[in-house]
Formats: sequence, structure tokens, C-alpha cells
Amino acid sequence: MTSKGIILSGLEGDRTWRLADYVQRGGYAALKKIIAENISADQVISEVKKSALRGRGGAGFPTGLKWSFMPRAFPGAKYLACNSDEGEPGTFKDRDILRYNPHSVIEGMIIAGYAMGCERGYNYIHGEIFEVYDRFEEALQEARDAGLLGKNILGSDFSFDLFAHHGYGAYICGEETALLESIEGKKGQPRFKPPFPASFGLYGKPTTINNTETFASIPYIIREGGDAFLALGKPNNGGTKLFSVSGHVNKPGNYEIPMGTPFSELLELAGGVRGGRKLKAVIPGGSSAPVLPGSVMMDCTMDYDSISKAGSMLGSGAVIVMDESTCMVKALERLSYFYFEESCGQCTPCREGTGWLYRVIHRIENGLGRSDDLDLLNSITTNIMGRTICALGDAASMPVQSFIKHFGDEFAFHIEHKKCLVPKDVQREGSKIYVA
Amino acid sequence: MLEIEIDGKQLQVPDGITVMEAANTVGAYVPHFCYHKKLSIAANCRMCLVQVEKAPKPLPACATPVTNGMKVWTHSEQAVKAQKGVMEFLLINHPLDCPICDQGGECQLQDLSVGYGGVESRYQEEKRVVGNKDLGPLVSTDMTRCINCTRCVRFTTEIAGLMELGQAFRGEHAEIMPFVEKTIDSELSGNIIDLCPVGALTSKPFRFGARAWEMSRRKSVSPHDSLGSNLVVQVKNDAVKRVLPLENEALNECWLSDKDRFSYEALNSEERLARPMLKQGGRWIETDWQTAIEYVANGLKSIKAESGADTIGALASPHSTLEELYLLRKLVQGLGSGNVDFRLRQSDFSADGKMSGAPWLGMPVADIANLDRLFVVGSFFRKDHPLVAQRVRQAAKRGLKVSALNPAFDDWQLPVANRVCVPPQEMIVALAKIAKALSEQTGRELSVQVAAACAGLVVDEASLAIANSLGSGRRSAVWLGNYAVQHEHAAEIHVFAQEIARLSDASFGFLGEAANSVGGYIAGAVPFAGVPGKNVTEMLSAPLKAYVLLGLDPAFDLGNSAAAAGALKGADMVVMLSAFKSDSALEFADVMLPIAPFTETAGVFVNCEGRAQSFFPVVKSRGESRPGWKVLKVLGETSGLDGFGFEKIEDVRAEVLESDGTVNPAKLDNSVALNVESLRAVEAAVQRIADIPIYSADPIARRSPPLQQTQDGVAPSARLSAATITRLGVQAGLAVRIKSAYGEVSAVVAEDDGVADGCVRLAGAHPMTAALGSLHGEISLERM
Repeated sequence: MTSKGIILSGLEGDRTWRLADYVQRGGYAALKKIIAENISADQVISEVKKSALRGRGGAGFPTGLKWSFMPRAFPGAKYLACNSDEGEPGTFKDRDILRYNPHSVIEGMIIAGYAMGCERGYNYIHGEIFEVYDRFEEALQEARDAGLLGKNILGSDFSFDLFAHHGYGAYICGEETALLESIEGKKGQPRFKPPFPASFGLYGKPTTINNTETFASIPYIIREGGDAFLALGKPNNGGTKLFSVSGHVNKPGNYEIPMGTPFSELLELAGGVRGGRKLKAVIPGGSSAPVLPGSVMMDCTMDYDSISKAGSMLGSGAVIVMDESTCMVKALERLSYFYFEESCGQCTPCREGTGWLYRVIHRIENGLGRSDDLDLLNSITTNIMGRTICALGDAASMPVQSFIKHFGDEFAFHIEHKKCLVPKDVQREGSKIYVA
Repeated sequence: MLEIEIDGKQLQVPDGITVMEAANTVGAYVPHFCYHKKLSIAANCRMCLVQVEKAPKPLPACATPVTNGMKVWTHSEQAVKAQKGVMEFLLINHPLDCPICDQGGECQLQDLSVGYGGVESRYQEEKRVVGNKDLGPLVSTDMTRCINCTRCVRFTTEIAGLMELGQAFRGEHAEIMPFVEKTIDSELSGNIIDLCPVGALTSKPFRFGARAWEMSRRKSVSPHDSLGSNLVVQVKNDAVKRVLPLENEALNECWLSDKDRFSYEALNSEERLARPMLKQGGRWIETDWQTAIEYVANGLKSIKAESGADTIGALASPHSTLEELYLLRKLVQGLGSGNVDFRLRQSDFSADGKMSGAPWLGMPVADIANLDRLFVVGSFFRKDHPLVAQRVRQAAKRGLKVSALNPAFDDWQLPVANRVCVPPQEMIVALAKIAKALSEQTGRELSVQVAAACAGLVVDEASLAIANSLGSGRRSAVWLGNYAVQHEHAAEIHVFAQEIARLSDASFGFLGEAANSVGGYIAGAVPFAGVPGKNVTEMLSAPLKAYVLLGLDPAFDLGNSAAAAGALKGADMVVMLSAFKSDSALEFADVMLPIAPFTETAGVFVNCEGRAQSFFPVVKSRGESRPGWKVLKVLGETSGLDGFGFEKIEDVRAEVLESDGTVNPAKLDNSVALNVESLRAVEAAVQRIADIPIYSADPIARRSPPLQQTQDGVAPSARLSAATITRLGVQAGLAVRIKSAYGEVSAVVAEDDGVADGCVRLAGAHPMTAALGSLHGEISLERM
């Protein structure tokens, strides 16, 4: 965990998650500023808009714009939800934010609640991170005890309650409407949109859902101003961003860097490619993002626009690095198995298609590929993409399409020769457990 | 209105509808599986993807709202490509077993695969296998064929009101299943068979009975409850193979209750009476029709000559046709007697002659959707009127507030805002208090009918809540259920309910017990139509010499089976016109004449809203059985009576109905002119509350094996509240001896806090409880 940023910076010692430590780092100053200076909800939203903060969960939707969709005049309950159901393979940033800096999320959510007129929020925490959930509950209690949550926060007439909700580990519950279903106690399955959560969300009430890192960025924006945040990054891509670097690097971990930092710098921060081997491929935004060849990646900067231009997505910022010892067929087989297992089963193309994809790739990997299998795979992905209720169908298809697009010859070799292009001993060498 | 274009056709559609609904209006068929007009939108099958201008990808027609200026192509290249893609996915794991699938020939997946499926499958991996589920005696499963459209899940939750099915597991492992070790026990469960677009859910009783294309489809009307659901009876080789709903938005919509759907299994029962039979020297012998008819005609003639016409009486089942009821009345009256009745379970007749017409629902069934307040008095509502309750359930979602008064409650699977549960005797006081509360609230005076009785009453919270609810409605209704009609003081309940309806400007009506509960009045099969006579209670308590029984089983269909047994045993002649043999017929009757059930005769049922629905026979009469109206006509002629020269059933009908075949609306009137002077003292003794179990109500349903195997067919238990169990010193789970004035039975005690304190709920119309005689009154419990 290394940082030049705003969320992970100043996290020294083992009590960084405590309220006192957070306050010492300037925490809750933003909230206090809002209350003391009586900053209006509109001003808060316009500050967030100015910051060009884009959703850190993966879609990169402008946060200020999303907040402005909430019908502030709506009578009755409005809800706020934080999506900490971090399940995307390769992504582990929200876990660290909640583990080391939970109050930044709490403060961000209080401010968001203030801006959108929500009186109640939920933080949906991924099912497989237990101590993080407990720690967040403790942080909530600290905030309640300090009068930062509950009725009449800091003596103002603004009230906001926040609760943690522990999921059960389903990837699909990271899809925002499935997350809402899950909070409601139902099976986590995405809803058909429209209606969108801003008009029909949790318990049928207007709801805004943001990612953990998005909320954690809010206090800085309010404290230092939207322009300051924007200036940290580059136009249209404000602020800093956490990247979870994993795979064949010497120092895997979370790195908070300004948006627009060249990929080569990030790779350097992560200690470079293991064993001095050649960079083969990078998945720049979590397993759902299309894979890019290493050479393309070395020319990219880490921001939404640059990665998008190169044909992939910044996504959640999970950078999966693969060196030349990687068998791309095997890598794709594992990814496809993930989507096959995590499809919720609600709509036909994803329920049936993800299993089909996995089985064909599994067959190729095991030397049973057929000459028309690559066409078949492409055709299945076309039939899934854009025809499902949620984005999981697309997420399962994009890796397949991009792996075949950039590494088609490896697949063809597998099919033709019933074995891998990368020699077995090289593969073995590359997959040795890394010891720092 | 919005201007849109579908497949090049310009049209104007109302705001808020979906592309699917708009396409339907111009006859553009969009293929679909999960979409169903009566269910919520799931948008999960993805078969209805269509091309929409400016949309980057195809959109599901079922879930996409129309917008002004929208251009839709349902069969463009993009749309069809998407639809074919989805079809391929649906088929990869679907077994290719159409030749051995019961759904074959009427399968939506099979039909659509002709248009959208490939010639050959590109999927060469192993197919999915899903374990079958035991959903009970009505629905058979082949879950490997399931395409997870969730229509069945949505039906049970939304229409039947109870979440009995769900989709468990994820992704490819997703399975539709009931709760662990549970079956589907809804009284509407059969509808999931119709809804299932593939062969995953099929009819268990019908299973492999015939191919869809081998059967002819014939229209009919359900003979069971008072709704008069429209049926499609499917017939092969002159046998009824199965029954499906005939869509009628005004009545059953596209649904059927399980009773309507599965009772046909009784039609081929071994208990069917095949030939006329005479009892001679204590032995039953088969005979021909002429002998039997002459025997009956002569018997009636000599009894009339010896003892007078008023010693002849006739009782008819309210499930008989209008023509049968009319001709029975005409026969009895022709013989000079007024003793005819069809209100078999009724026990209080003090309103006879004081009612202005035939009691009916007081409103069309379709208008239930517009109600905002409803007060149901004396009804086992959900089981007695499954599809009316379903309509109320839907209306409740749109804001209808339901109040109810009954001595025992089941879960109605719909929100009941105010529930008053009191012993049968106290129902009248409860109604009086509500009337008084309404009077105080509205400032309108109580009518003389009830004013004296209400004097000095103190309004309590519960009655005030109901009064407030009814008083605040704009379209309210007060309904009397079967229990209210069977109540020992039904006339007083009638008077007070009428007063409550008057004070709250509510529509007032009767739910009606049977298919012809209104028709019986219209046919005049009552002892105050023209010739005065004895009602059913009088006929059985002061025994007559001769009884003609039409379509009923004296052991189960009468309010007091013990009195009936005594009366029939002592009679000189008992003539039974019935489709079935029964133990009591074999014991008490002297003549049994086989008459055709509803599938083998023409007739009319007048439903609760006064709608006369005629139907034709769908199969030939079985054995020697004949339509009841023909038997009665010949009996009338053989008896030498005038006015029986009918040539066709329409001639009979013409004497009862208007020339256009409808009921004269002036004949439908719920008002009663009766004064209640004082409220009766409440007795402290333990009272019996008898519900009529849904599948015990009529002779056909009682003989349907699959219906009897359901949870609604289990042997009745003695249901008591926890407090009553303690008070009486009995124990839940153990058998007790129950005694009434007529006899005793034993039953297992069950705790049921839906039962009013001091009462025992013990079902009637059942062999286990028949010995108790009356459905009402004092009983005692003893530990065994």
C-alpha cells in the first residue's frame, strides 16, 4: 500500500482506522465545514461536479451528475447505499480503504446523505471479508458515539443513520440493483432498468449507490474544493485513484496515484515484472475489462479516457499483470469459470451462455478444441452481449473476445497441436509462489 | 396518447404501456416466454428483444415503456438475430424429448423453435439435468425442461398470494423449487400448468392421457362455486380428458381454481350410476327407464292419494342446472305440493317471503377491481371463493381495504385490515355495534328494522374500526358469505348487514354457495314461490311420506344429516336422481335414477352476479344416464301433469329466463323486510363452527381422487384456540370424543388461534363428522 494520494496518504501506524487518528489527519473537517458554514446541498453537489470525480466502482459515471438525479423534493424515505461488495477478480482496494480508513467512507456518506436529502444509508460489505466488516461496525459505533451519525448531527438539524450490511459473497450483488435486492433480504438478482434506482431503489424509494472509493474521495473534495481534486488528475478524470496491482509483479498491492499517471510508472511502483521476464499482457480494469497486450499498455496512461482509447476499460482499477510465462488459454479458462459460477441465472443469455463459453474454452485448454471453436466463441459472446438484464453478460464476454482478438494465435495453436504455445517448464517457472 | 410506429404502422397508444402491449394492439406478434399479461414483468427470458430506433442494442418489448415518437421493429434483422440468439441459448440445455413430453403439441418453446431455432445444435457438450420436485398430487414436474421463466414463481406469489415456489441456486444451477419438503398447496395451483411455457410443469392427473391435438375443445361452465368459471373441456373418444380455463375477463379471467380444473376426475368414477335401479325386498336391481319412471310416477300418485300432496317433498342440489331446478319445482307443484327447496345447508328461514328477490352479489364481479372498501361477513372466503378472493387480492394491492367478521379465520393470503373473530352467536351483536357506530359517525338514524335492538349498545374499538373503514370508502361493498347464510340466525345477520351497507352507501350482496345459488331462486325452487310449502328443515324435521332428491347426497349436502337420515328412513318412497351412487342413497332410497353430470347435459347456471350461462353437453351420457331435465319432463308427463310437453331444453329455459336468455334484473334483490326487536342472549356453551372444506362441497369434487389427496382433502381436525384448549382440558395432537345432540364422532385436536374462543371448528360435509348432524350448535368434548 503506497500512496501519493488522498485516501491512503498519512496512514501510519496501526490505529489509522480509529476516529481519533482520522480526525488528526483532518477527518470530519469537511463535514464540520458544511455544518459550520451552512453550505447548501446544491453547493455540495456542484463542488462534486466540478471535481470531475467519476464512479470508482468500474463504470466511471460522473458522481456529481448521479447525485443530481436524486429527486430531492420526493416526500418520504430516500436511501443511500455504498457498494463495498468488491468481488471483481483482481480488485482489493475497497477492502483496504475500509480496513485502514473507514471513517473517510463514513464521512463521505454523511456528506452525500446531506447533499441528496437521504436520512439513511447502508454500506453493503462483501461477504468474504469478515474482519473488515467488524472493523467497519466499530467505526460506525465510534461515529455514532461522537454525534457524527444519528439525529441532529453536530447540533445541526440534519440527521443521518448509517448501517453496515454483510453480504454472502455473491459477485452479482456488486451489481447495484442486485445489491438493493440483497439488502431487502431477497435473492441477489439484478432488476430490469428502467426504472433506475434514483426513482425506484431500495424498498422502492429513490436511492443512490456509489462505490466505497468514491465516497472516500468526497471529504477531500469538500475540504479542499472540487478544483483541487480535479487538479490532482487530468481534465475529465479528476483526482487520484487506487489501483490494485496483482499478478506477475514484484510488489503486488494497492497504489494510489493521480489519474493520468503512465502505466509504466505504476508498474515501476509495483516493483516491475517478476523475474525480469517480459510483460505479455495486462488486464487494466478488473477481470471484466478486455485484456491488452503489454506493448499497448506501456503506451497508456492510467485514466478512463486513455485506457478506453486503447480498447479496454479502467474499470475498478484492478491491474492484472501477466508475463510471458502465462498461457492465455488457461488464463481465460479460469476467468470464464468465474463468470459461469457467478451468473445469477436470471436471464437466458448469461445463464446458458456463460456455461457454454467455459465448456468450449475448457475443451480447447484440454486438447479437445475444434477448428471452428474460435468462431463459435465469438458468436456466443455476440449473442450474450447487450442482451442481458445486467452487465455480467458483457463482463463474461469481453475477456473472451479480447483474448481471442489479441492472442488468437495461441488459441489456434492449442486447437491445432493439442498443447500450449508456452512451454510447460516456462509456465511452471512463472507460476512459482512469489517470496519477497 | 403517444404517437409511435411499430413495423411501419403508425399508431396512437396510451402513455405508460409497454412495447409488447402496443405491438399486441396492431397484431404484431413478439415471441416471448416469461411475459404474461397478468403477471409482473420479469424480462428474464429475453426472447422478446426488438429493435428500437436510437437504442444501441435490442430492447425487451415486455419491459420497455413506449415513448413518444418511438420507432420499433419487431422483425428487423437486428431483432430476429437477437431472438434467434436467445432461442439457441434456451435450447442448448433443453432436452430434445418432445416425442415423450406431455407438453408436446401445445408447447410454446416447441412452437417458437420452429420459427427461431436452428436446424442443428451447435452445443455439443453435456446437457443439464435437474432433479424433479414433488409438488403434490396435482402438478407433475420434469424440471430438466424448465427454462427458468419464473412464471410459476410469480403466479404463486402474486396471484395465489403465497410464495410457494422460488428459484434457488445461481446461474446454470438455478432451479425452480418449492420450500424444502413442501408441496404446492394453493387452491389455484393448477394454473401454473397452463402458465408453464414448456413441459416442466404438467398436469399429474392428466399425465400422458392424450395428445393435445387428439382432443376436441368444448366450452362449458363450472358447476362448483358461484363464480361460474368458463371452461374448455377437452374430450377424446367421448371421455373428458381434462379441463382448462376458457378466458373470460368478466369472471375467471384466464384462471381456474383447482376444484374447477381437477374435479372432472370424478366423472369416470366407479360410483357413477349407470342404469336406473329399484330396491326390491331390500336388494337393488337394475331396471329400464320406463319401469323406473312408471314406478316413481305411480308411487307419487298413490302417496298423494293416500296421504295428500303435501306429504311429498323435493330437495335439489344448488349445483343442479336451472332447468332441473325449475322442472323439479314444476313437478312438485303440479302434484299439488309446495314442498321444494334447494338451500340445503341453510338453517334459518325466517326471511322467507320477506325478501324482495333472489339474493345475489349486488354488483358485477368485474367491478371488484374498483372497490376501495369491503366487509366480508361469515365466510371462509379464500377456500369458498378462490377466484373472487383472487380478485380481491389484486384490488387490495391497489388500495382496497378489507374488513371481515367470522367465527374462524384462515389465512386469506391478502391483507385484512380489520378482523373481528367472535363465536357464531356473537356475530349479530358485532354487526349491531358496527351499524350503531356507522349511525353515530354519519349522523344518519338507524332504521326501524334494527333501532330497537341497537338501543343501549356500546360501540367498541373493533366495530368502530370497521365502521371507520367502511364510512371512509367511496366504493364500498358488504358481502355475506356461505357461513352467514348457513348461520342459525342468518336472517338477523342479513338485516344488520343490510343496515351497515345502507349507512355506508355500500353495495350489498351475497357471495353464494354454489353454481346455481341464484338460479335456484330464479327457478322458484323454494317453498314460497307460487305454492307455499315446507322448507328443507321443515321437510326433514316433520317427516314426509315421499322425497324426491335431485343431485345431492343426504349424508353430506344437508345442514343436518342426522335429521335427514331419520326422515328418509321413515319415508314410504325416496327417489334419488343422481349421477353417483352413494352409501346414503343405497341405504335410504327406493329408486335411483342416473342423471347426467354437467358434462353430459345442457343447462344453465346463474352465477353470483346474476349472469345466466348456458352450456351444452360435451360428451355422450355415460351408460343409461340421461339429462336431468329430460328425466323430470318424462316423470311429469308420466304423472299426467300439464305443461311438461317440452321438445327441447330451450323451451324449459324460456319459462324461466327472459327471451334473450338472461335473468330479469328485477328479480335480483337483496333487500329483506324484517325487524329485529332485540338481541339474543349469548349462550356460554361450546359451539361448533363448521366450514365446508373446499373439496367436500359437492358430490363431484368429493369424488375426485387427486383433489382428495391435496392438503385440503385431509381428514378434518377439531380446531380450537389455545385458550379454549386449556379451558376444556384437552390436548393438541390427541383425539377427543365430540358429542352433539344427534351423535358423536372422534377427531384430533389441533391448536388454531384463528378460531374464536369457546368454539370448536370442525368441518362439515365429511364422513368423519357427518354423525354430529347439525353444522351448528352446542357440542361437548371429552378426552379419550
